[in-house]
Amino acid sequence: MKYQPPHALQPVSTHYCAGCGHGVAHRLICEVIDELGIRERVLAVAPVGCAVLAYDYWNFDVTEAAHGRAPAVATGMKRCNPDKLVFTYQGDGDLAAIGAGEIVNAANRGELISVFFINNANYGMTGGQMAPTTLLGQKTTTSPAGRVARREGWPMKVVEMLTQLDGVAFAARCALHTPKHIRDAKRAIHTAFVTQMQEAGFAIVELLAACPVGWGVTPIQAIELVEQQMIPVYPLGVFKQASSPVSLPS
Amino acid sequence: MAGNHALAEGAIQAGCDAYFGYPITPQNEIPEYMAARMPEEGRVFVQSESELAAISMVMGAAVTGKRAMTTSSSPGISLMQEGISYLCGCELPAVIANVVRGGPGLGNIAAAQSDYFQAVKGGGHGDYHLFVLAPASVQEMFDFAFWAFDLAFKYRNPVMILTDGLIGQMMEPLTIREPSWPRATPVSFDARDWALTGAAGRPPRSFKSLFLGDGVLEAHNAKLQAKYARAAATEVRYETVATEDAQLLLVAYGIMARVCRETVDRLRARGIKAGLLRPLTLWPFPTAWLAAHAAQFAHILVVELSCGQMVEDVQLAVQARTPVSFYGRAGGGIVTCQELTAVAIERLGIKETS
Repeated sequence: MKYQPPHALQPVSTHYCAGCGHGVAHRLICEVIDELGIRERVLAVAPVGCAVLAYDYWNFDVTEAAHGRAPAVATGMKRCNPDKLVFTYQGDGDLAAIGAGEIVNAANRGELISVFFINNANYGMTGGQMAPTTLLGQKTTTSPAGRVARREGWPMKVVEMLTQLDGVAFAARCALHTPKHIRDAKRAIHTAFVTQMQEAGFAIVELLAACPVGWGVTPIQAIELVEQQMIPVYPLGVFKQASSPVSLPS
Repeated sequence: MAGNHALAEGAIQAGCDAYFGYPITPQNEIPEYMAARMPEEGRVFVQSESELAAISMVMGAAVTGKRAMTTSSSPGISLMQEGISYLCGCELPAVIANVVRGGPGLGNIAAAQSDYFQAVKGGGHGDYHLFVLAPASVQEMFDFAFWAFDLAFKYRNPVMILTDGLIGQMMEPLTIREPSWPRATPVSFDARDWALTGAAGRPPRSFKSLFLGDGVLEAHNAKLQAKYARAAATEVRYETVATEDAQLLLVAYGIMARVCRETVDRLRARGIKAGLLRPLTLWPFPTAWLAAHAAQFAHILVVELSCGQMVEDVQLAVQARTPVSFYGRAGGGIVTCQELTAVAIERLGIKETS
């Protein structure tokens, strides 16, 4: 079978660092968009953060949003255009810190949008500062001695939190560090779009991603850290599926 | 009808597709009215979780070419400055009304005009301007909604209706009809050639205010400034009352312009030739009119419900050709005709015998 990049992805190089999870996440979203045949109906919101330039890589309509406000922008887009498929793509500083109010309330309203949430346990774009998702003990430029719970709080479990809200129809956490995990992630992204197409409610997929540069390790080491340190804190699986709650098929 | 309801109905009649807002006094009548009326019209109403979210929802609607609106009052408008800067950077149409209350901080809920600087000088970051419209009656609350959407789409820029708690709450007769003035032309509300409508049969589109390439942001800013210069040359609107032979010029907008209008009559009844300049657009400001006419007056008195904000724009326009002074109250007190008449006489240096 001949390799074909997805039509929904522009044939350009990205600015992402070696070993970064964003490229994989972009590609999975674009593959699903192609497979569902929805590229011409998609309206996306790019975040403030490493993925702010996503509009240069995606072959569909995209808008920028202020830091953290993507779910509110997506709310305006979707409410005015219920026939379109609207998604936000957000990092952990964007979604879990400055945009915590927007994500919780968009989820609680059951906005018919899909959210792809890249958790790489730090602020990548600004140079590796501590995020709400930073692991305990993890050294960042703003937690130089390692994150301490009583000083900086605990790693924020976004999907578990949002699962409690009645407006959420689909919530899953996946990872992007092995081919098997990437296949699972693609399935979850597919379900998130289908959830929106069925107007079942709000859908979120958290994607654990490596950030070798932000973490100060090699890409290989970063992949090992996702498996050994992130997954024990951020368990994978489908946390909520409104119609039939199931775990991800392997 | 009350001013806030008139503004809401005006926006609906002007074709507002979507309203997003968060409760704050003294403008709650607007989201409440919209919550009932917008669904009746098959249009969008969302009560947002904050003013940050409300203005971002407006942006989401605006990128798809819709006529979107939000309203708030001073503290809430401060929160919206983030989104306003993005709307300007991305060149998106939107209508924002500020039913001003006293500040700073939580201030109080009485009428004020103390957000002039924020509205006119750019309360958010970056080099940008909003169109700022100042209604002075319930009828103008209704009419200016049409004008605001005209300007927003003609220039693809946010427009602020700067009003206050008094005009918002007061009741006056209202004629519901499409106004013919003030309006902006030509305007097209057909957004298909620029909005995000889905990349069907065309290349993808994006809205962004991030320009990292060498010189690109400079060029973008030059483009914005050229737009503002075009608007400033075309869209200034003001009213003058009895200025032709006036020795004293009063300058006021909104509710204070009504007090000043009455004061002009009272002063003239006492033989003092007073006139009034009322800017309808606070940005762009009637600088040219002031520059051309300043020399004919003995004194220019600027009256605001603030500690003196618009007076700076008057001084800039007058360029010391004529003495300019200020009178105002901030914090809930309303300047009365009686008070103002006495102030005007004192500023003119007239010794009255009684």
